[in-house]
Amino acid sequence: MTTISLRKLIAGSSIALGLAGFGSTALAQDAAQDEGPIRVGILHSLSGTMAISESTLKDEMLMLIDKQNAAGGLLGRQLEPVVMDPASDWSLYAEQARDMLTGDDHVDVIFGNWTSASRKAVLPVVEELDGLLFYPVQYEGEESSENIFYTGAAPNQQAIPAVDYLMSQGVERWALLGTDYVYPRTTNKILEAYLKANGVADDDIMINYTPFGFSDWQSIVSQVKDFGSQGKKTAVVSTINGDANVPFYNELANQGISAGDIPVVAFSVGEQELTGIDTAPLVGHMAAWNYFMSVDSDANYDFIDDWVAYTGNDEAVTNDPMEAHYIGFNMWVQAVEKAGTTDVDAVKDSIIGVTVPNLSGGASTMMPNHHITKPVMIGEIQDDGQFSVVWRTPTTVAGDAWSDYLPDSRNLISDWRAPLRCGKLDVESMTCEDGPGAE
Amino acid sequence: MIKIEHSAGRSPTRLLAHSLLLCLLMAWGSCLSQTAAAALGEPQTEALSKAEPQALLEALDTGNFRAKGDAAQAIADSDAEQKTRWLQALLDGRLGKERRGERFYIITDDSGREWPIIDAITFEDAGSGTRRTVDVFRINNDLRTRIRGLLASLSLSAGDEASRLSAAKRLIGEISAENAASVRKMRDDEKSPSVRDQLDIGLALFEVQQGDAKALDTLRGNLDTRVRNTLAPIAAGDSALAAEAQAVLGGIESKRAWYDRAQTLFFGLSAGSILVLAAIGLAITFGVMGVINMAHGELIMIGAYTTWMIQQALPGQPGLALALAIPGGFLVAGAFGVAIERTVIRFLKGRPLETLLATFGLSLILQQLVRSVFSPLNRRVTSPDWLQGAWQINEALSLTLNRLAVLLFCLVVFAGLWALMRHTRLGLEVRAVTQNRAMARAMGVRATRVDMLTFGLGAGVAGLAGVALSQLTNVGPNLGQGYIVDSFLVVVFGGVGNLWGTLVAGMSLGVINQVLQPWVGAVLAKIIVLVGVILFIQKRPQGIFPPKGRTS
Repeated sequence: MTTISLRKLIAGSSIALGLAGFGSTALAQDAAQDEGPIRVGILHSLSGTMAISESTLKDEMLMLIDKQNAAGGLLGRQLEPVVMDPASDWSLYAEQARDMLTGDDHVDVIFGNWTSASRKAVLPVVEELDGLLFYPVQYEGEESSENIFYTGAAPNQQAIPAVDYLMSQGVERWALLGTDYVYPRTTNKILEAYLKANGVADDDIMINYTPFGFSDWQSIVSQVKDFGSQGKKTAVVSTINGDANVPFYNELANQGISAGDIPVVAFSVGEQELTGIDTAPLVGHMAAWNYFMSVDSDANYDFIDDWVAYTGNDEAVTNDPMEAHYIGFNMWVQAVEKAGTTDVDAVKDSIIGVTVPNLSGGASTMMPNHHITKPVMIGEIQDDGQFSVVWRTPTTVAGDAWSDYLPDSRNLISDWRAPLRCGKLDVESMTCEDGPGAE
Repeated sequence: MIKIEHSAGRSPTRLLAHSLLLCLLMAWGSCLSQTAAAALGEPQTEALSKAEPQALLEALDTGNFRAKGDAAQAIADSDAEQKTRWLQALLDGRLGKERRGERFYIITDDSGREWPIIDAITFEDAGSGTRRTVDVFRINNDLRTRIRGLLASLSLSAGDEASRLSAAKRLIGEISAENAASVRKMRDDEKSPSVRDQLDIGLALFEVQQGDAKALDTLRGNLDTRVRNTLAPIAAGDSALAAEAQAVLGGIESKRAWYDRAQTLFFGLSAGSILVLAAIGLAITFGVMGVINMAHGELIMIGAYTTWMIQQALPGQPGLALALAIPGGFLVAGAFGVAIERTVIRFLKGRPLETLLATFGLSLILQQLVRSVFSPLNRRVTSPDWLQGAWQINEALSLTLNRLAVLLFCLVVFAGLWALMRHTRLGLEVRAVTQNRAMARAMGVRATRVDMLTFGLGAGVAGLAGVALSQLTNVGPNLGQGYIVDSFLVVVFGGVGNLWGTLVAGMSLGVINQVLQPWVGAVLAKIIVLVGVILFIQKRPQGIFPPKGRTS
C-alpha cells in the first residue's frame, strides 16, 4: 500500500509541478515584452589572457545590478544579468554580442569589452543589430559609434595631461614604450605629434614596441637607462598592457632605476595590476587615470565598502575601469528612467546630457560625442600598492573622439544629437563621413 | 664656510639640491639653516625654529608641494624632539591630520582598511583610524628626495664613510665656482681614499670645464655617464681643449662599448638559460619517447604555482620557500607527469598526431583548472632579498642578480641531468631505449617503466623551470603558453634527444635574440630567429647535433 501511494504521490506531484512550470513559463512569455526583467548583458572574458583584468568587471556589474534590484529595480522591473565568457578571443566577442542581441536573451544593453581589438570586433555587430554597448576602458580614440558609449578615457583625458604634467616637472627626453597593438601605437602617434608640436627634438623621443605578455625586459630597460643618462631629464611613457608590466617594473627595480632618476608614467597600470608586484622599489613611478582607489570622497568610500562586502575580500581593490562601469551603469539607469523605456533609440537620445556623480567627488556628463567628462589625475605609486594623487585637473575634461593633434583627424568632431547625428563630421567642409547624418 | 647665493642660470631647486649635498658631506649643523634660508630666499626667522609642534605640523597641511617641502625643512630646522619620527612618517605616507579636527596622527600600521594610530605630538595611543577619518599628507617625487636628504642630514652627526661616499658621488658634475674651494678643502681633509677619488673626479670635471687640460688625465677611461655628458659639449666645441677632450671621450666611448658588448652577452646567456631550462625537460620526453607533449608549458606553470604555494605556507621567508620549492616543484610537476603518462600517453603510443591533440587538450584543462582552483589573476611570488638588485661591477656594467641566479641554476640542472644520463642505471636504460627500443627490451629493460620514469623526469625538470621562472615573470594560468613554442624550437634546433644540443641551441638563440633586439625591436627579432631556425632545419634536418647511429 505504502509503495503504491508513494508512487502515486510522486507521479501526481510531478505532473502538478510540470503544469505549474508550464503555466509560469507561458505567463512569463506573455509578459516578457514589458513586465519581465530587463536584461543586462555582461560581455567580459572570464578565461584566457584578459581574464586577469576583465573578470573583476563582471563581478562589479553583478554587484551594481544587485544593488539596483534591491532598490526596487528599474521602471518597476527587475534587472537580470546575462553573463557570457568570450574567453579572450576577439571573434568570440562579436559572436556572443550577436547572441545577446538576437537570441532568447535579447538584452537591452551590453556592458563589456576591454581591449580595443575586441571593441573593434563588436562594433559592427552592435551597429547592425542596433544594440547599446558601454565600453569602460581607456582607449586610443579616433572612433565614434552611434551605438557605443565610451566611459573610459580618450587620449586627451589621460595621455596628453600626463605629458603636460611631466613637462611641468622638467622632463625633456621621452621614451614611449608600448605593447604592439592598436591602442599603444595610436596613442604614441598622438603623443609624438604633441611632443614635436611642443618643440621636442626627434633625437629626444624613443619609441619601442613589445609583444603581449613580454617578459624579457633586460635589454630594453638597459637601453632606456642609456637613453636616460645623456644629461637631460628623461621619463618613460608606458602603454605596456596587461601582465607584461610586472616583469617590466621588476627589471626597472633590479637595474636600479628609481622614480627619482627616470620616472615611468603608465596608462594601463592600476591598482589591480599592482597587486602582483612588490611596490616598495617602485614608489614614485606614476600612472594617469580618472580615478584612483585612494581618492578622497565619500562616494568612493561607500563604493569601496560595498565592493569589499560584495567580494568578501578585505584586500579587494577598485580601479579606473570599475569607476567607468559605475558611471556608465548609473547613466544608463537614469537615461532609461528619463525615457520611460529601455528602447535603444529612446535611450540613445535621452542619455546625452545625463549627469551622474562619479567616485572622485564630482559629476560626469555624457557628451553628444558619446564620451563623458572626467577629471584627470596623476598618482604616484606607494609602497602599499596604492596611488597617491599628486596632481589633478581643476575641472573635468570632456573626452575628444577625434584627436586634435593628428593631421587626419584635426578637423573632425562627432555629434550624435538629432539634427546632426554624425560620428565623423569635418567642421571645415561640414561634410559628414559616417553616421545617419551622412545621407 | 660655504657661501650660497642665488646665481643667474641656476634654479633654486638645483641650488638647494647641491647645497644639501654639501650639507650631507660636511655634516655641519649650521649649514642646514643656511640651506633653508637659501630656499626660502629670506633670512631664517627666530619664531619658526621655536614654533609649537602644532604649528609646525599645521604648515604641512597644504596642497602645494613646494610649501610642504618648506614646512618639512622648518621641521628639520626646529628643535622639536619628534622631528625625525615626523619626517620618517611623512616619507612613508603615515603622517596625517584628523579630517574634521585639529589633531595630527601617525599611522603605525597602514595595512588593511582600519589602521592603529597614535597622536603625532604626544605619541599616545589614539585608537584606530580609517581613510574617512584621517587625511594622510601626500608627497611627490621631488619632495620625497628632499625629505630623504633632510633625514640623512639629521642622522649624519657622525657622517660615516658610506654616506660621505654617496654624497661625493652625487657631487660629480655639480661643482661650480661657488663651492669649488670648499670641496677642495674637504678633499684635503678627507681620509678615505675612495671618497677622495670621487671628489677628485668631480673637481677634475670642474677644472676641465674651466679649461684646464691637465685635469683631463684624471678623467681618462672614467665610465660615469656624467663625465661623458660634460665632456661631450667640450669636445664638440672649438676651445683649445677640444682635441684632447675628444681623445679622452673616444677612449671612454670605446671602453663603454666593450662593456656594452659584455652586457649584451650576459643578457643573451640569461635569456638563453631560460630557454634551456624550459626546453630541456622536453628534450628528454620528446627525444626519448618521441612524445610531442603540448602540456609541457603547463608543467612549467605547475612548478611556478608550487613555488607560490610554498611561499604562502612560509610567510616572511621567501628565501627558505624558494629553496624548498626546488625539490617541491620537481616532485609535484613530476607526479603530474607520471599521472599524465599513465592515464593518457601510454594508450596513444606510436600515434603522434593523437598524442599531440590529447596533450593539447590536457594543457587547456590544466590551465582552466588553475583558473578555477586559484583564480584567473596572477599570483605574486616575492623574491628573496639576495635575488633583488644588481651586481654593479662598474659604472657601465651591472648584472641583475635574479638573472645571474637563473643562469647558474640552469647550468646546475644541466650538469645534474647530464650526470644522471651518463652515470646512473636509469640513464643507461633511457639511452638504451632511445637507441633501440626492441633490443633494449630483449636485454631485459622494462621499457614501460623507463617510459614512465622518463616522462616523470622530463616533467619534473619542467617544474624546476617553473620555479626559476617564478622569479622572472608572472605566475599565472598563462605562464606555460609563452614557452611551449620556444621550447620546441630549441629542441628541434639542437637535435632531438641531445642534451648538449639543447644547451648550445638555447644559449645561441638567446644571444642572437638579444643582439638583434636593440636594432630591430623585440617582435622582429623573434621573427628573424624563427625564420633563421627554419632555414637551418632545411639544411640540417637533424639539428646542430644529429643523433648518432643508423637512425637515418
